Amino acid sequence: MNALSQTTAHIDRTTLWTVIILLGLGSFGLRFMFTGLVGNRAMPEWVLRHLRYTSVAVLPGLIASAVFFPTATGGVPDPARLIAAATTIAIGVTTRNVLWAIVGGAGSLYLALYLLG
Amino acid sequence: MAFSIGKSSISPFGQGIRDALPFVLVIIPFGVVFGVVATEAGLNVFEALTFSVVVIAGAAQFTALQLMVDNTPTVIVLISALAVNLRMAMYSAALTPHIGMAPLWQRALIAYFTIDQSFACADVAYQKHRDWGLDQKLRYFAGVIVPICPLWYLATVIGAWAGESIPDSWALDFAVPITFLAIVAPALRSLPHMAAALISVVLALTFAFLPYNLGLLIAAIAAMLVGARLELILNRRAGAAA
Repeated sequence: MNALSQTTAHIDRTTLWTVIILLGLGSFGLRFMFTGLVGNRAMPEWVLRHLRYTSVAVLPGLIASAVFFPTATGGVPDPARLIAAATTIAIGVTTRNVLWAIVGGAGSLYLALYLLG
Repeated sequence: MAFSIGKSSISPFGQGIRDALPFVLVIIPFGVVFGVVATEAGLNVFEALTFSVVVIAGAAQFTALQLMVDNTPTVIVLISALAVNLRMAMYSAALTPHIGMAPLWQRALIAYFTIDQSFACADVAYQKHRDWGLDQKLRYFAGVIVPICPLWYLATVIGAWAGESIPDSWALDFAVPITFLAIVAPALRSLPHMAAALISVVLALTFAFLPYNLGLLIAAIAAMLVGARLELILNRRAGAAA
């Protein structure tokens, strides 16, 4: 997600538009899969129980490698980013407030980058 | 979810806007970074904006863009980016018990606007306000979307315009990890939630070598199984003790 390429490459326009359109349709299909097709039919309790863990099961895994092996530092663990991640979690768990967690996380990132950089 | 002002007089729509505001801080850098990366990959402003409007999923957009720059075959680009978006199907399933009664066109609109932030807000709010009817749930969802999605499009345009003039020292790459951690941390309210989050991280890193982001899929499914199983065990134990 943060894979910044240094080369200014040339992407074939046909490829680009094929990807934009098909990826858009496919993403909509995934988002519509249950809301659209299941609709108001009741889902069994065991399904609902698993769905309660959707966000905590997906989001941490999604950003794990960006936290531990950031592309911006060439995949090498970066103390500043690790400190920022730990601060964000600590503030989020204690205050239960998303905004404070973001502000604290960003603040600690810039402070750590300044002090350690 | 974010503020605990505790005013019950505020409408669900207003509550949605209020809960979404913290994410504005994040959506802007995230969108700007996408615009910048798109420009570096040779896309013009119109192409970058269309990408964000049609796909409206940052992580998948970055994945697709990076693979196209690397000259990956189109089929592989699509499979990889869609694998990143598989979590949207899980979000869709989780939203269905709440908004499944809405007419088809409204469900289609919600499907389009199902993103990490809107799902995270709705998931928390719907579990908290069990008295809400369909109408209130839909209004809340609309409230969350209003400050976030238009800014996603706008930020993409700004990034594409600004191009490569934004310095690396701003560390915009870390806006996304910080947001997602900030969303997840308050949700770590029980042992099963914490266990699920831990399994997700460990398995995602362990299986990071797998192609097409399959590692994330394995990690997410295992984490959901662990969370649900642990909840069941703890409930049974609490029931036996009572």
